[in-house]
Amino acid sequence: MGVTLSVPTDAGRRRIEELLQENEERVLKRWLEIAGSSSSSHVDRSSLAGQLRELYQALRQSLDGSGDSDLRGLLAELSRSRARQGFTPTETAVVVFGLKEALYESIETDGSPEALRGFIWFSQLIDDLGLLTMENYAAAREKVIIDQAEQLLELSTPVVKLWEGIVAVPLVGTLDSARTQVVMEKLLQTLVDTGSEHAVIDITGVPAVDTQVAQHLLKTVVAARLMGAECVISGIRPQIAHTIVTLGIEFGDIVTKASLADALAHALRESGVEFVSRKTRVAVRTEED
Amino acid sequence: MDRVPVLKLGDILIVSIQIDLQDQSVLALQEDLADKVVATGARGVIIDITAVEIVDSFIGRMLATIAAISRMLDAETVVVGMRPAVAITLVELGLSLGGVRTALNLEKGVALLNHLEGSRIAAAVQ
Amino acid sequence: MTTPAELPVNSNSDVVLVRQHVRTTAIDVGLSLVDQTKVVTAASELARNALVYAGGGQVRVEIVHNGIRKGLRLVFSDEGPGIPDIEQALTDGWTTGGGLGLGLSGSRRLVDEFDLKSAPGEGTLITVTKWAR
Ligand SMILES: Nc1ncnc2c1ncn2[C@@H]1O[C@H](COP(=O)(O)OP(=O)(O)OP(=O)(O)O)[C@@H](O)[C@H]1O
Ligand SMILES: [Mg+2]
Repeated sequence: MGVTLSVPTDAGRRRIEELLQENEERVLKRWLEIAGSSSSSHVDRSSLAGQLRELYQALRQSLDGSGDSDLRGLLAELSRSRARQGFTPTETAVVVFGLKEALYESIETDGSPEALRGFIWFSQLIDDLGLLTMENYAAAREKVIIDQAEQLLELSTPVVKLWEGIVAVPLVGTLDSARTQVVMEKLLQTLVDTGSEHAVIDITGVPAVDTQVAQHLLKTVVAARLMGAECVISGIRPQIAHTIVTLGIEFGDIVTKASLADALAHALRESGVEFVSRKTRVAVRTEED
Repeated sequence: MDRVPVLKLGDILIVSIQIDLQDQSVLALQEDLADKVVATGARGVIIDITAVEIVDSFIGRMLATIAAISRMLDAETVVVGMRPAVAITLVELGLSLGGVRTALNLEKGVALLNHLEGSRIAAAVQ
Repeated sequence: MTTPAELPVNSNSDVVLVRQHVRTTAIDVGLSLVDQTKVVTAASELARNALVYAGGGQVRVEIVHNGIRKGLRLVFSDEGPGIPDIEQALTDGWTTGGGLGLGLSGSRRLVDEFDLKSAPGEGTLITVTKWAR
């Protein structure tokens, strides 16, 4: 140990740079073996080889200060694309850390104190780059998760046309603030697209609401009015009614109905459709205006 | 400064806002409309904001003021074509446009005025 | 679009230009249509306030990152009379100018982050941020 430590870092670093240059093909080949073997089947050898070569060049350039190498940018891109393609953190990290092992073989062959001293320095450098890669990977994963959550939201938002001029959105499951907002935006857009003046927001399938969600529902009704449409809220469960009252949320003159059927009947009446009940037969007549 | 043209269709005045208006243009429109309501004896005013990308407190106040002035002059005002994003934003801003009637589009706005005014306007517009 | 951009707010037509620039930048940042509309509306309110109450000012429009999300940041500054009671000015309906008193309080609801610094005689500095979802 005493021997290695007596060698100044600068000399060690210079030796590493030399080795990286002299043994380029050998190190790259070994690096590709290490990085490729630990990754599962979905790795494309030739593109990985290309990526590693690019990284290798960028690393060398950043070491000898020649040119404007974008080592960090390349690493960020590598971790982002791996995160998106579903590689595990280990599979991603090993690409970077593999270079240590790949170079070590050349160090051993060389055997000089400079090379050993330089390897300590080089290890630290690779560790830092590895950490950077992990940070990028984590950020990219988080972004993937956010995007997926959003797509799910879109999928679970049905706005259906019940009748000419009447649309409904049957809400099922837990409503959080984000989902409610997405649903409501979609409802309002559907009013424009279909020229519907009536909307039914059915919350029969919603077990509970919090203040924020109740506020969003309320704001949607007001926004619809600003656009020239009326909303009816149906299927408010006793617990939800209780929540709304205890929270002191002002539902004001918003029409609420017990069931989706009642709400539809209300909307039909409002839009000028008349029900005439004759014993068991029901005739529906539309009024021209 | 841009001036917004006011069209007359039977007993109805129609204003279609097409560009991002600066505050003086908004005030000028407010005055023009009041003058035209009196001059033409119009029974209804339609303000079409289909093309409008934002309504802030200034334009919101103008819409409410026009509605109030027109009503005093015996004309009803209907704001038509407000976009969903604009409506959501207005609600968040805290503006409810009390006293302003609204309709989804121009056609429905005309229908609403007809409904309000009965056959008199209906005959004029057919 | 070049960012950050420093725009003057010295006339009614400047207010229109601010709205347009904020819209373009909001699109660049990737804000949803509703969020674009919200931040442009807030910008319109704050620009008009600078014009009406401070006789003019300026706004810095910049794109910011927090690691995961991009955002749009607006910094309005003026060397006007300042606001003596900030809490009062941020109350719905409070106005000294015959307005609706919704500009400041409403803008705060339209953005994700809202910071107001002001003192009598020292002008007003308002920073708002809207993050892309
Ligand atoms: N930049 C500013 N400099 C000095 N005072 C200000 C400034 N901005 C706002 N104020 C003060 O705060 C009050 C509230 O402002 P706000 O924008 O909420 O309402 P308003 O401008 O009066 O009406 P509205 O914006 O609804 O038309 C103003 O009346 C004014 O006294
Ligand atoms: Mg204001």
